Amino acid sequence: MVPRSPRRSIVAIGAGGLVLSLALAGCTAGGSDSDGGAVTLSYLVDNQEATVETAEALADAFMAENPDIKVEVESRPQGADGDNLIKTRLATGEMSDVFAYNSGSLFQALSPDSTLVDLSDQEWVDTLDENFVRTVSTEKAIYGVPMGQSMAGAVIYNKDIYADLGLEIPTTWEEFIANSEAIKAAGTAAPIVQTYGDTWTSQLFVLGDFNNVLAEDPDWAEKYTSNEAKYVDEPALAGFEHQQEAFDAGLFNEDFASAKYADGVAMVATGEGAQYPILTFAASQLMTTNPEAADTVGTFPLPGPDASANGLTVWMPNGVYIPKSTEGDKLEAAKTFVAFLATPESCDIQSETTAPQGPFVIDGCELPDDVPAIVSDLQPYFDEGKTNLALEFLSPIKGPALEQITVAVGSGITRAADGAAQYDEDVKKQAQQLGLEGW
Amino acid sequence: MTTATATGRTSTSPGTIVPSEPVKRRRMKSSYPTWFFIPAGVFYVVLFLIPTIASFYFSLTRWTLFDVEFIGFDNFVRFFQEPQLVQGFVNTFIYAFLTSGLKVVLGLLLGVFLSSQIIGRGFLRATVFFPVLVSTIGVGILFQVLMDPFGGPINEVLATVGIPGPGWLTDPSLALVSVALVDVWKGVGLATLIYIAGMVAIPHEYFEAAKVDGAGAWNNFRHITLPLLRPATVTVVLLSLIGGLRSFDLIWTMTGGGPGFTSDVLASVVYKQYQAGFFGLSTAGNVVLFVVVAAIIFPLSWWLNRKGDEQ
Repeated sequence: MVPRSPRRSIVAIGAGGLVLSLALAGCTAGGSDSDGGAVTLSYLVDNQEATVETAEALADAFMAENPDIKVEVESRPQGADGDNLIKTRLATGEMSDVFAYNSGSLFQALSPDSTLVDLSDQEWVDTLDENFVRTVSTEKAIYGVPMGQSMAGAVIYNKDIYADLGLEIPTTWEEFIANSEAIKAAGTAAPIVQTYGDTWTSQLFVLGDFNNVLAEDPDWAEKYTSNEAKYVDEPALAGFEHQQEAFDAGLFNEDFASAKYADGVAMVATGEGAQYPILTFAASQLMTTNPEAADTVGTFPLPGPDASANGLTVWMPNGVYIPKSTEGDKLEAAKTFVAFLATPESCDIQSETTAPQGPFVIDGCELPDDVPAIVSDLQPYFDEGKTNLALEFLSPIKGPALEQITVAVGSGITRAADGAAQYDEDVKKQAQQLGLEGW
Repeated sequence: MTTATATGRTSTSPGTIVPSEPVKRRRMKSSYPTWFFIPAGVFYVVLFLIPTIASFYFSLTRWTLFDVEFIGFDNFVRFFQEPQLVQGFVNTFIYAFLTSGLKVVLGLLLGVFLSSQIIGRGFLRATVFFPVLVSTIGVGILFQVLMDPFGGPINEVLATVGIPGPGWLTDPSLALVSVALVDVWKGVGLATLIYIAGMVAIPHEYFEAAKVDGAGAWNNFRHITLPLLRPATVTVVLLSLIGGLRSFDLIWTMTGGGPGFTSDVLASVVYKQYQAGFFGLSTAGNVVLFVVVAAIIFPLSWWLNRKGDEQ
């Protein structure tokens, strides 16, 4: 679901050339930390406009508090280009003093133990959400501080419809289906919105169900990576079965096969649709096209069999890391800067410069009061610790054909069990390509 | 008939002059110095020969662009094990034969119509040929909008006459056929053009002789036009079949192989494997595609041309 891949590396040569030129430039520009004790840090972020804007704002605020440290923001390409640039610069010891990069499986691909500075002794580590810490840690150490917010794979729903029909937020799959049947009987809205015109949106029944999988088997992700757990077996099969069940019961919107992601968000906003399993970055789509519905559209987790285990499946923000090539005064300054990034002040700057998509993963960081309900509804689950990471943060394996398979299951072309079996085969190719043990 | 026998004779001629081959070779050698061939030869080896051989090798490996692991025929085994790949295989044939057949029939009818004496013939010919000139991607996106089951113009029109239009591109049993029909609409102009050219080459004397013998329109068509258009038909069949077997762009823009895998063809399956970074597997897919196209086109071409000779 994260729209990028560590595998596609066709541009390695181009990136290598870029690294060389940057490295040559670094020879002349570096080593300026001698003028009156002032230290200059370079901070590398990706070149998305919003990312750079946030980084500049953070650097300015930090420099105002720490006059003897100067932070210069550098940018890099996104996607596979960026992956290669980061890897090459780390390998050659030419990395910027501080850099931002994905957490989870992409972070693991940097071989952090040999390239990054261990930050586990820093004070702010205790303020971080433990789920986030898992995605920026190896068995030996913790390496990163969060940048941005987390988001959830959950159901966004129209609160007015729920209020009119007197429905409660469902905590089990049976309740969810009962609610959907009630909405169908009322006849004003499509009970469940699906938008297979954008195939990636079809994966949420499966990916968003992962909290429930872990609730039944906490070691499922490890077993999955080592080829012991499969989607054809429960508990993981449930995601596919739910999607088939919802289709069989005729709970989808009439145009589910051709509608697109933006249509889906608009349907929930206008009350044409009642519930839509999607990632909560839908908040930004909602605020762009239907800002009047900011308080109408809320969020609840995809429910599973057990009400007591009801919780969110969460996608984690990127991390900010310090490479081993940063040493001496610069390292101290870099640690000060990273500590600043973990403060509530930093969070406030982040949510001012870019629209939040979910809660922060740092204690004491609050979202502004005016965030849409999609985002604010997530906060209680985080506060109560009722969250689990999405599979892609716990295992490097994600098959590329999942979205086609879930479209087929959700359109009644393939049965759930067959779809799950197809996905297990798809995943096998990926695991073999990554050269994992046991495949 | 004259054109058919003429092409037939040239294609069989190398066999008949086997004894004189050494003489011919010596003469060819003397006509240009060796260095004259080097630039073309280098181009050929670097751009065609090496990639072809390399692709056969890489199809036997698990390839990440950086690491190559030799795994024998595993890629091919995997390719034929997966249900969506088998379905893509079947779809490729359905698509190729459907589009090829329709292009032959429609192209022939349009060719006959547009080579008759009608008003605005030049304009009508241009209109039929126009879709061939338009970008395939543009056509794909246009028809995606036209064929939208909700609010798409095609279904709106059908609704006004009381017919509930189907989900052209979203109904699993219709998606492939819908794309094939658009492909025919886009490609039939070329078939028509070839048929018009073939028709113009038919000497008028035949029709005059037939008129003296009292033949009607149907007999003219059945016994003069159709047999004498055989070379044109062979060209249309071969071109459209090759095009259909390796068709990708239209399918990718209109359905992306969906819903699910129901309109996947070999080329779109191969493309998705590349996208996912399975370079070895997708190269194996391309080798399969190459073999399939060759295995169909060579015998077919030989058979069609031989039939022409016999007449």
